[in-house]
Amino acid sequence: MTQNDPESRKVGLASGLSADVLLKGRGAPLLFLHPAQGRVWSPFLDSLAQTHTVYVPLTPGADEPDELLSFDTFGDLALFYDDLLRALSIDDAVVVGHAFGGMAAAEFAAHCPGRVSALILIGAMGLWIDEMPVADVHTTHPTELAGLLFTDPDSEAARSVLQKPTPQDRLAYQLVMGASCHFYWPVPDRDLKRRLYRITAPTLLIWGDADRVVPPAYADAFARGIRKTRKVLVPGAGHFPHLERSAEVIRSITSFLGEIVPEFAAAR
Amino acid sequence: MKLTFFHMQGYRDLPEDFSERYPSVWVNPPNDELCDPVRVGQYLRWNLKELHYAASLGYDGVGTNEHHQNAYGFPMPSLTAYHLAATTEDVAIVLLGQTLPMNHPLRVAEEMAQIDALSGGRLVAGWPVGTTMDVNHCYGVIPTQTRSRFMEAHDFIKAAWTRPGPFIWNGKYHKLRNVNPWPKPIQKPHPPIWLAGGGSMETWELAAKNNYVYPFLSFNGHLAGQAIMQQFWDCNEAAGNDANPYRAGFAQIVVVAETDQDAEKLYASHISNLYRKTLHIPPYFSGSPGYSSKRSMVNAMNKFQEPTAFSTVPTMVDWKEAIESGKVIGGSPETVRQRMEEAAKTLRVGHFVLLMQLQSMPHDLTLYNIRMFAEKVMPHIRHLWDDKWSAAGYWPSGARTPKAAAVASSALSGVA
Repeated sequence: MTQNDPESRKVGLASGLSADVLLKGRGAPLLFLHPAQGRVWSPFLDSLAQTHTVYVPLTPGADEPDELLSFDTFGDLALFYDDLLRALSIDDAVVVGHAFGGMAAAEFAAHCPGRVSALILIGAMGLWIDEMPVADVHTTHPTELAGLLFTDPDSEAARSVLQKPTPQDRLAYQLVMGASCHFYWPVPDRDLKRRLYRITAPTLLIWGDADRVVPPAYADAFARGIRKTRKVLVPGAGHFPHLERSAEVIRSITSFLGEIVPEFAAAR
Repeated sequence: MKLTFFHMQGYRDLPEDFSERYPSVWVNPPNDELCDPVRVGQYLRWNLKELHYAASLGYDGVGTNEHHQNAYGFPMPSLTAYHLAATTEDVAIVLLGQTLPMNHPLRVAEEMAQIDALSGGRLVAGWPVGTTMDVNHCYGVIPTQTRSRFMEAHDFIKAAWTRPGPFIWNGKYHKLRNVNPWPKPIQKPHPPIWLAGGGSMETWELAAKNNYVYPFLSFNGHLAGQAIMQQFWDCNEAAGNDANPYRAGFAQIVVVAETDQDAEKLYASHISNLYRKTLHIPPYFSGSPGYSSKRSMVNAMNKFQEPTAFSTVPTMVDWKEAIESGKVIGGSPETVRQRMEEAAKTLRVGHFVLLMQLQSMPHDLTLYNIRMFAEKVMPHIRHLWDDKWSAAGYWPSGARTPKAAAVASSALSGVA
């Protein structure tokens, strides 16, 4: 392990399940929930790790699909993250979620509001607008997928997420997508809208203004349902704004956590 | 050997440039553009005539299967089976559907029992897990729940057929206070159960454990099927089972004419049409995340370097390639007889699921194919395995050796 690698830890939970967690950094705890495309450690997470202890749990079932028999709903998934924080002796954390991970993060914040000190949703799924359906990345031709997810399909960001050179990589990719789909197939709407009122954490909504998977209109839909929100549109970014425009997104997050969250807290 | 004329009930008139114009034959070929219900009515009538014709010529079984939003199949095979049960006498009704994960298991138990009752115990109960296109894409079942839903439905239907009703069912997906299907099947303890295989390890094991028939269903033919069937037989050996060939079935495209040259002339265009259009399924449909178990993916990865083995592309298959690759057994009666015997022995299968109507094949040519096989091939291969093995338990107890076959067979022994 080099100095830059995150630590990999298996955390036993009271339920008997266990969580496979990557962690790195110092400071207040920050939970990052990854998208269906998998858990990829990135310079973005390194940046967050400069000010926070970043925990990135693998979606349950992404290594061993049989675990999914213990999960039917986002309620089950929220309890899993609640159990994880308890096992890590963390009272509350900044929770960041991207795409499917954003859906899971919002559900966690709605189910267990006391556990989430601040919520950051990046291109999050979870709501549904009939006129503007969330794209189905699972039935997109492989040659068109990079173009759907990223503004620049040939970018380093796109390669870091989509390049799967070995059969083992491709197996892991199938497994993590399967585990994610377990929660949202075939239409990613599990009535989160009905529960948004329970989210008490100040919420930052980060969207690529060219997101073709979860169009920016969804940021507004989240803003309408959650009490305290701030929206940041990242110009020229697609569905992975934190990888495509990492520096800008980090600046927004720093400003949100440093200024806005304390302001919200003071106003409470 | 049990020979089943099996109808895929395809849409016969897809446009010539179908595969260039549309991304898939399954799930999303736009119905208003491509599927004319008046034509479908005509096809369904032809299909029934072809099935009846096969029954009248002494095939052991007639059957059909279930696909959804698909241009080579139709969705409700139990309707066809019900009609056949009412209008035939001796022949077995091989019903490969309903697909368990996406149907209410009580309904499957009831419908199949009703067909078994109507037919006088001639039903083969096919319980497919279902393809990911049908189950996950068309019916929206969560891929990772496909197998667990299948297993619950399997346990439920078996209990419904063998336990005295009423009883309580407290499953994960179904909860019922009174399970009491009315009627239960005539066949005891239950009709022979056939799974329907694409090549997943769990299905081989389930068949081996419970003495179910495993019919391997593909369009790839007897040569490509050897590896899969070998793994199925390995599984049986590991389970300590006998090697009764009636444990196994195999779907095979078969076309017969007076000579090899005639066969090519009559059938070649329909064969290439079938492969060009029917296998036009994009990998993003066939390789849904979560559908295959991790074990099956690891198994596929070790063999093919890819975790999802079922990935099809439109294929150009001419007559030569079709015959050489074994996708098709075709030619003169003597050619077909030799190949079938060879295939039956190599694969060690007691049941052939015979695919003899290939989508674009016209009604008259289909009848000709059915008749040629019945008259000139069937009598020579139907007694294969008779010396050592019995199909009892793997074949419906109410089915009888068809009268036409008995006549043909005695005429033949008279000649010999």
